[in-house]
Amino acid sequence: MTLFIEQCLNGLQFGLLLFLLAAGLTLVFGIMDLVNLAHGSLYMLGAYFAATFAAWTDSFVLGVVLALGATLLVGMAVEIIAMRRLYGRDHLDHVLATFGLILFFDELVRLVWGPSGMSLSLPSWLNTSVRILPGIDYSAYKLSIIIVSLAVAVFLYFLVMRTRIGMLIRAGASNREMVGALGVNIKLLFTIVFGLGAALAGLAGLMQAPILTVQIGMGENILILAFVITVIGGIGSIRGAFVAAILVGLIDTLGRAYFTDLLRLTFTKETAATAAPALSSMLIYLLMAIVLVIKPEGLFSASGK
Amino acid sequence: MADLLRVENLSKRFGGIVATDNIAMAIPEGELHAVIGPNGAGKTTLIAQLSGQLVPDSGQIHFADSDITAVPMYARSLLGLARSFQITSLFLGLSVLDNAALAVQARTGHSFHFWRNARHEPELRDPARAALARVGLNARAALPAAALSHGEHRLLELAMALASQPRMLLLDEPMAGLGPEESARMVSMLRDLKKELTILLVEHDMEAVFALADRITVLVYGRVIASGNPEEIRRNAQVRDAYLGEQEAVHGG
Amino acid sequence: MSGWLSTRNVATAVLLLALVLLPVYVELTGSRFLLTLFTRIVILALAAVSLNLILGYGGMMSFGHAAYLGIGGYAVGMLAFEGVYSGFVQWPAALAVSALFALLIGALSLRTRGVYFIMITLAFAQMAYYIVAGLARYGGDDGLTIQKRSEFFAPLNLSNKVQFYYVCLTLLFASIYLVWRIVNSRFGMVIQGSRSNDTRMRAIGFPTYRYKLTCFVIAGTLCGLAGALLANHTDFVSPAMMYWTRSGDLIIMVVLGGMGSIFGPLFGAIALLILEEALSGITEYWQIILGPLLLLVVLFGRGGIDGLLGKVRHG
Repeated sequence: MTLFIEQCLNGLQFGLLLFLLAAGLTLVFGIMDLVNLAHGSLYMLGAYFAATFAAWTDSFVLGVVLALGATLLVGMAVEIIAMRRLYGRDHLDHVLATFGLILFFDELVRLVWGPSGMSLSLPSWLNTSVRILPGIDYSAYKLSIIIVSLAVAVFLYFLVMRTRIGMLIRAGASNREMVGALGVNIKLLFTIVFGLGAALAGLAGLMQAPILTVQIGMGENILILAFVITVIGGIGSIRGAFVAAILVGLIDTLGRAYFTDLLRLTFTKETAATAAPALSSMLIYLLMAIVLVIKPEGLFSASGK
Repeated sequence: MADLLRVENLSKRFGGIVATDNIAMAIPEGELHAVIGPNGAGKTTLIAQLSGQLVPDSGQIHFADSDITAVPMYARSLLGLARSFQITSLFLGLSVLDNAALAVQARTGHSFHFWRNARHEPELRDPARAALARVGLNARAALPAAALSHGEHRLLELAMALASQPRMLLLDEPMAGLGPEESARMVSMLRDLKKELTILLVEHDMEAVFALADRITVLVYGRVIASGNPEEIRRNAQVRDAYLGEQEAVHGG
Repeated sequence: MSGWLSTRNVATAVLLLALVLLPVYVELTGSRFLLTLFTRIVILALAAVSLNLILGYGGMMSFGHAAYLGIGGYAVGMLAFEGVYSGFVQWPAALAVSALFALLIGALSLRTRGVYFIMITLAFAQMAYYIVAGLARYGGDDGLTIQKRSEFFAPLNLSNKVQFYYVCLTLLFASIYLVWRIVNSRFGMVIQGSRSNDTRMRAIGFPTYRYKLTCFVIAGTLCGLAGALLANHTDFVSPAMMYWTRSGDLIIMVVLGGMGSIFGPLFGAIALLILEEALSGITEYWQIILGPLLLLVVLFGRGGIDGLLGKVRHG
């Protein structure tokens, strides 16, 4: 039972990380109608920046804060230099152009940081366990990921639903020209939104760095999941991204944890061990397929929150 | 004369807005029936439901005595109900003749033919040329559709609707954006077509409407507020207040 | 008829002739590397031709097309591993499995449009990647070596590099011809119309879904053939063949060469692969150049190489 709760928390944590990534993706698509494949590159940069700055300043927290700022700056620079020229174009153009950006960033990282990846170690005060329930100890760091992610989710909710900028975002999602006609500085709005998306991606990247990985190509692997989540949740909907991300996180984690056992009931240990990872990674796509059959526009489609 | 198109209790809402509210209409074969009303009255939504692009929330649509309410869009054209679009919706990447030929091809059985060059098939090209000639576009047949003027696009819209040899045409503002000369041309063309087809005409151009229509239905906020022959409509006080008066004000009285 | 001797036609004819005569040139100069490179180019051009059918002509932006390279390749690889070397069994199997996958993936993906479609095809291709990477028996992540190339009747011997090159070239030319016929047929008209304006197609009476699905299956099957050829060429298959970035490469070839043109994919394949060779000679980090180059092509190079050749006639 304890193991189950722990796995559920892992699933929640993974789901929330995915939410941060997917929220940025769906925001940018919903408001600027921009398909950004290079979103994963910003995720990767967040991790690399965090590892580097933490090493330089010898402080985890300082490293994290600096990394966040750096990713935000890179995001805005990318928007100004490249993305601006893509607005209003065919989605295929977006796909190709941002694919080119992925190639560029992957090689850039390889050039600057070398091919072998990095690591980011946790400070001692985070590298402990916390007793959350009688008999259940959970990693303090993973817990803090959950807390931070939830805080960001709440912040996003308030930003989009209760502030002027949020109103502009929602208005822009349904009618770009109108918002421009109202005299709002659309260019600035887009840059801010893109920067926000970049920061979210960078945050996800740096948060997972100590527990998962900091290496080239990490963006591409997780980008697919972010895409699947935006499809399931409905493009442009942050609420949808939230629900879908949690769902995907739980299914993926619980699936990996228990699928092997499930298979072992009928197959041999070796078969189960080899088939399980492949099949459990299929679960998410199965979910996506089911959603597509029932509701092709996603669970919470169109401009909503 | 039998009713070719019969609509009962047709309703459609989008969130809180009622686009069409319990609309009922009956159009006999051979009639040119105009639908008029201020902007936002639900005219395009009505056509969208009649053509199958939108599914009504309630109500029925009967065409030639069969209930087509649930019939998908592509099948309605095959039944003889063709539509033109208010916003030009052509195959801009293809030639003018290709556009018309596609409309013909749609009615000639399935298209799982992979080998013969479709552009050399007289079965497709001849009726297409005939439809283009009907609207006066035969000289422009080989040009890419994107190269045509707006007025010619409206004519091509009409040609495509005709190329499928329909029994009834749903015309959504065919005169949209046309100058006085082109409008007159369109009106005389429609007058010709009237003799062979049943037409439902949605239009803002009142001169054209009163020149062509056998009967007129007036929509305001998705509801039918009046229906009758042009004289009756012209004299109807409600209609004058709601719509025609507004029109006169716009046109300077 | 100025059409016949246009720059585009002459350039194309010269290119095709050069491809046919390549082995002669290799014989004379002894540069075997060139033969290997161009065999690879021809095979990937075949894959690009199949993608051009759905992307260039059909407007279906599939980002998972490389999956069929892998599926076709693994059909050959797995059968070879189990001792079945006959090409008469392997290649039809590759085609059949590719067709089946294309049917399943297409049936689900074509329910969506635009960017959803891009993402879905991408995700399904990754799914195939993970499945294959999880098959320990067939090498998993490390891939699978193929001991012998596909066997047909003597004197056809695919281990002979020149013979193999001509087999690939013949299949490429046949595919280009096939696509040309399909695209100009009634079926092709529906596909092109659907690309231009799908709603209008349905409004005039075409149930476009079934036509697009058929097109999707044809393209997938053709790409599966390319996969079978690729497996033979490298004597090796690995999940990397179907990683989604490979799908990106295919899209680049189609766009670079000129979407919706008959020989565009061939131009694109040649251009991309030769560019890669040239750039990697300059620097190890050649992708840093390729990335922004792609960006520039998208922003300024409408119509690709084919379009450029067309302009030379008028310009």
